[in-house]
Amino acid sequence: MSEITREEVQHLAGLARIALTDDEVTSLTSELSKIVDAIAEVREVAGPDVPATSHPVPMANVMRDDEVGETLTREQVFAGAPSHDGERFRVSAILGEEQ
Amino acid sequence: MSADLTRLAGHELAGLLAAGEVSSVEATQAHLDRIAAVDGELHAFLHVNAGAIDQARAIDERRASGEQLHELAGAPVAIKDVLCTVGMPSTSGSRILEGWIPPYDATPVARLKAAGLVPLGKTNMDEFAMGSSTEHSAYGPTRNPWDLERIPGGSGGGSAAAVASFEAPFALGSDTGGSIRQPAAVTGTVGVKPTYGGVSRYGSIALASSLDQVGPVTRTVLDSALLHDVIGGHDPHDSTSLDRDWPSFAAAAREGAAAGDLRGLRVGVVRELDSDGIAADVDARFQEAVQLMTDAGAEVVEVSCPSFAYSVAAYYLILPAEASSNLARFDSVRFGLRVERPGQTVEDVMGATREAGFGPEVKRRIILGTYALSAGYYDAYYGSAQKVRTLIQRDFDAAFAQADLLISPAAPTTAFKLGEKLDDPLAMYVNDITTIPANLAGIPGMGLPMGLGDDGLPVGLQLLAPMFEDDRLYRAGAAIEALLAERWGGILTTKAPLLRDAAAGGSSGTDRTEAAR
Repeated sequence: MSEITREEVQHLAGLARIALTDDEVTSLTSELSKIVDAIAEVREVAGPDVPATSHPVPMANVMRDDEVGETLTREQVFAGAPSHDGERFRVSAILGEEQ
Repeated sequence: MSADLTRLAGHELAGLLAAGEVSSVEATQAHLDRIAAVDGELHAFLHVNAGAIDQARAIDERRASGEQLHELAGAPVAIKDVLCTVGMPSTSGSRILEGWIPPYDATPVARLKAAGLVPLGKTNMDEFAMGSSTEHSAYGPTRNPWDLERIPGGSGGGSAAAVASFEAPFALGSDTGGSIRQPAAVTGTVGVKPTYGGVSRYGSIALASSLDQVGPVTRTVLDSALLHDVIGGHDPHDSTSLDRDWPSFAAAAREGAAAGDLRGLRVGVVRELDSDGIAADVDARFQEAVQLMTDAGAEVVEVSCPSFAYSVAAYYLILPAEASSNLARFDSVRFGLRVERPGQTVEDVMGATREAGFGPEVKRRIILGTYALSAGYYDAYYGSAQKVRTLIQRDFDAAFAQADLLISPAAPTTAFKLGEKLDDPLAMYVNDITTIPANLAGIPGMGLPMGLGDDGLPVGLQLLAPMFEDDRLYRAGAAIEALLAERWGGILTTKAPLLRDAAAGGSSGTDRTEAAR
């Protein structure tokens, strides 16, 4: 049985920036332990001699010509923004009072 | 005339359009009428295109003026909500993108529009394509047109249900672990996951970037091939797009159907996908399909892919890892939902927004992916999963040394009931065993009907081809489809219940089940 704790789920949720409720932390703690148990078998199969595959078709340094292409207008970019001032995205304070 | 137009295969409708016998306005209106009549129950669409008739009229005017148009011009098409569409909301089935209208078209969408196809609307899906039933859509599930109490598959259940119920002749899907092929299997339709990189991912809202692939969803093999020809090919906007010359898939499908046999084709049955986990009725149809292919001249051999046993485990590490990174873009700053209270920092706002905007399955996978990528676990889980990916590729290489095509059931069971697996994530994950290996290896695959199960619901066959050899799927798929249609007296979807009758009377016709057994 995997040793995933409530505290660990809370820590992961913080890293993932999701403000989980207490109930969600409880259910995720139990679900994640079961899921991790089920998928932990991947550790058994491949030895150090097997290379990792990150991508089905290996490619490296895909470049395009250094030419000006089409870009979105400012109006297009801000059309979907929750808040903006016409030139910049508007967000709330970056730092809290204790920071 | 209007009711007949929706029953035609896509290529038949396109033929009437090109000949000027039917206008795009008529064809589009017929499908909009069908959507209005049946989608209240099905919920295949999240959004219906209000501009469809105007866009159809513009195609008609161009045709009337003598302009040479693409052979599919004027035909209607449904688009999975994972794809960005100018002028239509693109939510990927999530609250966090509710109402978001993208400033650009996804490349496959832009290519459809350039060919003159008319978008009917956006189809329902599991949130961010995470699921096998559409029950994880933030906007409620889609129902299976064969039985409204059952799931249409997922994540692309909306597109599959739309073509199965004659709401659209053509649709686009996306397949990360089977989201095109499994819905095709459980709705009696055809769907293709192209070779990774064969179709641009530009403008496809990313789930797992090394697995995602956009592809066609239709009722016939030729229709999928025609659509694939339109959307495929190199796109400089996607650095993983393959820069190579692809043959005409429509030509391959037509050759296959015309040949009427499979002589000279070596077909491999994957032992590990023909096993305990496959329901008895699905296996019975599969053995009949093997016999059909043998009778048609194919040489059938058994192949073994021992690493497939680890594919689900590897997939449910790689996918969440990539998804947790991709979904970091939903940060409440540039687009989508923002949930904030005065005095909160931007970090608080992000946490509150993502808490409110993501559904339970998305949260589960983001947390799982964050775990898999954490210091101390990375090598054991994510690193090991990537090695399994290598082993699966090697299994495929060995299998394709013995066979031109591999076959298996496309899904282990017929459509399960809504709610049946919703509370058991692992049961839902294991359901993807037949389709996942192709995504991990990047190879192309097709789901197509092979009959009906004991419950009268569709059963799907999966064809898999080596990397870049998508045309083999269309050639063999069209031949198998023609042989089965001969036996059944028509393709499988012609046996589907008439939805309005089913809704009114409850009994959706027992006569449909006999011919396709």
